[in-house]
Amino acid sequence: MDQLVRRISKSVLMLSVLMMTACASIQQTERVAKIDPFERVNRVVFSFNETADQYVIKPIAEGYKFVLPEFVRTGVTNFFGNINDVLIGANNLLQGKPANAASDIGRFFINSTVGVLGLFDVATDMGLDKNREDFGQTLGVWGFSDGPYIVMPFFGASNVRDTVGFVVDVKTDFMINTNKLNSDEKTAINSLRIINRRADLLDAGQLLEDAAFDKYSFLRDGYLQRRRNQIYDGDPPPLKDQE
Amino acid sequence: MRALFIKITFAIQALFLGIGMAQAQDVKTPDGLVKFVVEDVLTVIKNDKAILSGDFRKINALVDEKILPYSDFQKTTRMAMGRNWSKASPAQQAQITQEFKLLLIRIYGGALAQVKDQKVQYKPFRASAEDTDVIVRTAVVGKGEPIQLDYRLEKGANGWKVYDINILGAWLVESYRNQFNDQVSKGGIEGLIKFLQDRNIALSTNK
Repeated sequence: MDQLVRRISKSVLMLSVLMMTACASIQQTERVAKIDPFERVNRVVFSFNETADQYVIKPIAEGYKFVLPEFVRTGVTNFFGNINDVLIGANNLLQGKPANAASDIGRFFINSTVGVLGLFDVATDMGLDKNREDFGQTLGVWGFSDGPYIVMPFFGASNVRDTVGFVVDVKTDFMINTNKLNSDEKTAINSLRIINRRADLLDAGQLLEDAAFDKYSFLRDGYLQRRRNQIYDGDPPPLKDQE
Repeated sequence: MRALFIKITFAIQALFLGIGMAQAQDVKTPDGLVKFVVEDVLTVIKNDKAILSGDFRKINALVDEKILPYSDFQKTTRMAMGRNWSKASPAQQAQITQEFKLLLIRIYGGALAQVKDQKVQYKPFRASAEDTDVIVRTAVVGKGEPIQLDYRLEKGANGWKVYDINILGAWLVESYRNQFNDQVSKGGIEGLIKFLQDRNIALSTNK
């Protein structure tokens, strides 16, 4: 009983510390206030994600990387990437880029057959480069602005537009929605997909730790820039000089 | 005999002069300059075991010798500092520039050490003759996905200089703007310098 009380009071203390950090006044410049009005809440979710990553997701990804040789992990990345090429093609169509869409669908057919169910990315070697598209980018091309920055639980950096895009991506995802697999199989294969994705990002992690003065804002500013770059397919009009 | 000697000397001089001119021509255009510096650095890295093993001193010397003459790193730092730049004295400005440079070498030096079979692809360059601020686009191609790597250059009295780079869609200056500003609003210019120094010391003992 004594222990229970102690435990409860401990959790209450931790919770209130968390709330206090959330409520602590954050000095924002005008520019930051515009892009990140929910910074307090975002920072709480961010540190939750960091903790979940540190204690659960990253260790699993490290184990996965340690156990499996590189060519197997590349195969896994290619396999999921291949299925996703169909959605990328659909997004390219929606963005009015039929030539890119044709290339994506061509990739899907070549890699699904010659590339043994997508395990090998032979299409890239044949000169059909992989495109990176998702519904958030499509919305961006259609003229939707970013909206406030949002940190999603577990999934991390986003903004209002990309969160809507993310929901559509999930709703249209083959591996999540197919009825060829039962729910256990779906859980297993999508866990593999997430762990494999995290393993791909392990090397970048240390660089980020070294480079950032404040990891939260560094990731935020990087994310927003990168998304803008993707929407304009690597060639965005320059931002106003703010020297 | 004497005439032959003079002829040979002359030929050798012409040869060196010719090479010198070829280089000068290369670096006169922004895309030519980027290509010249990148290829030069890649050649050195691929043939230097010390750099491939991550020797910081060697990498630092390489940056000083091969990259800095073609870049305006003070402008990089000044732009990342934004309005706070004018709050720093000239001595502090020099100190911040130096520490920021060291930090970036520490961070990206490790990436240089990983260069093996990568090739750099130069995207078609378009700019008009009177432009003084341009972007040269490249991609690093190796195993896996190509990495977008763009350079922003400004034309000054001493020719074109690189002052910003874009890695995977994020510009260096833009990425550090808030990072610098946060430190200055926390501890002033001195606080920022202290922060940079501490980070550099931490990174040098880590590796």
